[in-house]
Amino acid sequence: MSRASIIKTFLLSELLKGMWLTLRTLFRPKITINYPEEKTPQSARFRGLHALRRYPNGEERCIACKLCEAVCPALAITIESDASDDGTRRTTRYDIDLFKCIYCGFCEEACPVDAIVETRIHEYHMEHRGENIMTKDKLLAVGERYEAMINADKAADARYR
Amino acid sequence: MDALLSFWNSLPDFVHSTLFILALTIVLIVSVALLTLWERKLIGWMQVRRGPNRVAIFGLLPGIGQPFADVIKLLIKEVVIPAKANKVLFRIAPAIALIPAFATWAVIPIAPGFAIAQVDAGLLYVLSLTSVGVYGVILAGWASNSKYAFLGAMRSAAQIVAYEIAMGFALVGVLMVSGSLNLGTIVEQQRGALFAWNWFWLFPLFVVYFISGVAETNRAPFDVAEGESEIVAGFHVEYSGIAFALFFLAEYANMILVAALTSVFFLGGWLSPLEGYLAADNALFQVPLLGLFLNSGLHWLLAKTFFFLCVFLWLRATFPRYRYDQIMRLGWKVLIPVTIVWIAVEGLMVYFKIGPWSV
Amino acid sequence: MLVQFLFYAFSAVLIASAFGVITSRNPVHSALCLVLSFFTSAALWLLIEAEFLAIVLVLVYVGAVMVLFLFVVMMLDINVEEVRKGVTRYAWLGWLTVVAVLCEILGVVMVRRLGVDVTQAPKPLAADYSNTGELGQVLYTKYVYPFELAAVLLLVAIVAAIVLTMRKRKGLKVQDIAAQVATRAEDRVRIIKMKAETRE
Repeated sequence: MSRASIIKTFLLSELLKGMWLTLRTLFRPKITINYPEEKTPQSARFRGLHALRRYPNGEERCIACKLCEAVCPALAITIESDASDDGTRRTTRYDIDLFKCIYCGFCEEACPVDAIVETRIHEYHMEHRGENIMTKDKLLAVGERYEAMINADKAADARYR
Repeated sequence: MDALLSFWNSLPDFVHSTLFILALTIVLIVSVALLTLWERKLIGWMQVRRGPNRVAIFGLLPGIGQPFADVIKLLIKEVVIPAKANKVLFRIAPAIALIPAFATWAVIPIAPGFAIAQVDAGLLYVLSLTSVGVYGVILAGWASNSKYAFLGAMRSAAQIVAYEIAMGFALVGVLMVSGSLNLGTIVEQQRGALFAWNWFWLFPLFVVYFISGVAETNRAPFDVAEGESEIVAGFHVEYSGIAFALFFLAEYANMILVAALTSVFFLGGWLSPLEGYLAADNALFQVPLLGLFLNSGLHWLLAKTFFFLCVFLWLRATFPRYRYDQIMRLGWKVLIPVTIVWIAVEGLMVYFKIGPWSV
Repeated sequence: MLVQFLFYAFSAVLIASAFGVITSRNPVHSALCLVLSFFTSAALWLLIEAEFLAIVLVLVYVGAVMVLFLFVVMMLDINVEEVRKGVTRYAWLGWLTVVAVLCEILGVVMVRRLGVDVTQAPKPLAADYSNTGELGQVLYTKYVYPFELAAVLLLVAIVAAIVLTMRKRKGLKVQDIAAQVATRAEDRVRIIKMKAETRE
């Protein structure tokens, strides 16, 4: 060890340098976001809770092609289909298991009619067993409730597609 | 007022001291609670965060309710005792860790001319009690019958024995200045200005004492006894609920103790730093309140203690944990030689009548 | 009265814990009993106003020696049966010690009984009498040479212990912490400047 480094060690200069850094940081403006009151900006492409959409005339978009079920890497989607009263092919069951879902967005990409989408909603919870299964009714309800937001997000993203 | 005073004086001595002890204990426990909050706040600020700011009391001062919420949570949790643990020792270990941290306060000069016990061998009492504190850690680690707890206990034992020596040597330097083991006399002897306090002439010993104090309380960067990244939580890994809270309380009470002791030994305890600059008959001392503030008293001890507590937290926010062998090297090969060298230097200072010995 | 009560209480605890030291099968329990008996002896010394000795007993024996003792005892996985084998061979030595100590104690007690007060009770001391100060005074004036000799003896023991364990073996892999701490960034990382690569 050289003489200079010995002096440096015993004057604790490097330790003091580190403490000086933390002392300066003490007075810097804080970067914490007070979560429920303040939120970080969210992308229009955020992939959160799923929704099934309808056409403006109220007709279900989903045609039970099962592409989403096929592409789903987590096997979270279960679809059963049948002919409906007006003779079109419709789903009788459309379940997404939120515990299995990895929110990859492949289902949304695969859908030929833009029926299944992932909304920006990420603040949801379950209180009872079984609530993790999003049934067709629940998915449609989400879609109806947030149609305006979904439309706006799709429009914002349309340029890049 | 007079009636109250005469009633107070009519009480026997043991009632006096019991009341003082009770008051001190309550104050200590509350300050431990507030210290945990202050730690989280200060370290948060140093890491560009805000720290706890949710639990308010009556909608005031967000965050102030956090420690009390934590205490209530810990109180209502179950104390799990491992099946193969040594049940008796497992239960008494937290108490053994806690008692010395509180008992040492008996000899600390709190205000001019006042300490709960004016013991002549006060400094030895302090040293012996701080060394007893390690039994809580060792017993907890051994009684838990768990690998991690045991490793934490072993580390703590070796560390405390090593740093106690450096601590004792640093205090030998203080003794050479004061010529007394009585803490009250040690404070009295530092009377004078800012530079008459021990820290100036004993600066290396001051640094060594504080570093060994940090090591003795198992605080970061010397917290290998806990070492949550390597041995989970060290000696208290098996403790839950209120038993864990007692260890927590002991650790923070020890921090306050070491901070107070450092200010007593090296920063003149309750002495006012302005003493040497303002004459005793200065007009400023006659001003009500301001005069009281400028004069020596309890508030200076509190201010100094608070400063050292902040340094404790500051160290924790700044430095990563030492490796175990580095801790041993620092204690035995750096701190102890430094103290011995400075004691020799002090001997020369005494001989040539320099500094505090010039009169 | 209170002092007498305290004396008997502490003595009872002392004797009980001393028995615990020699009777408990678990070495850790023995060591802890020893700690307790040190504490109670310190309390007894406090009762006869020997506060310096009492505090130093706690400081040295409880604070340092017993911590190391416990450290070792806890680390070792002692096979109690193995140790107890053949312990009876030395029983006669033990009994001899017991008889000798018993005779000494009885001698002291009996002499008192007979009315011959050999050990006179110490004079009551003034309130400002400092046990610590007096001891220091005597140690550093009258007994300074024996005191220093004892200190040197301990120093020799420390040096001997270090010499016995400090051997340089070949092929030993140890970290040199001083070297580790002293390294600079320049020793470990070489920062070189080069042009950014371009596509063809």
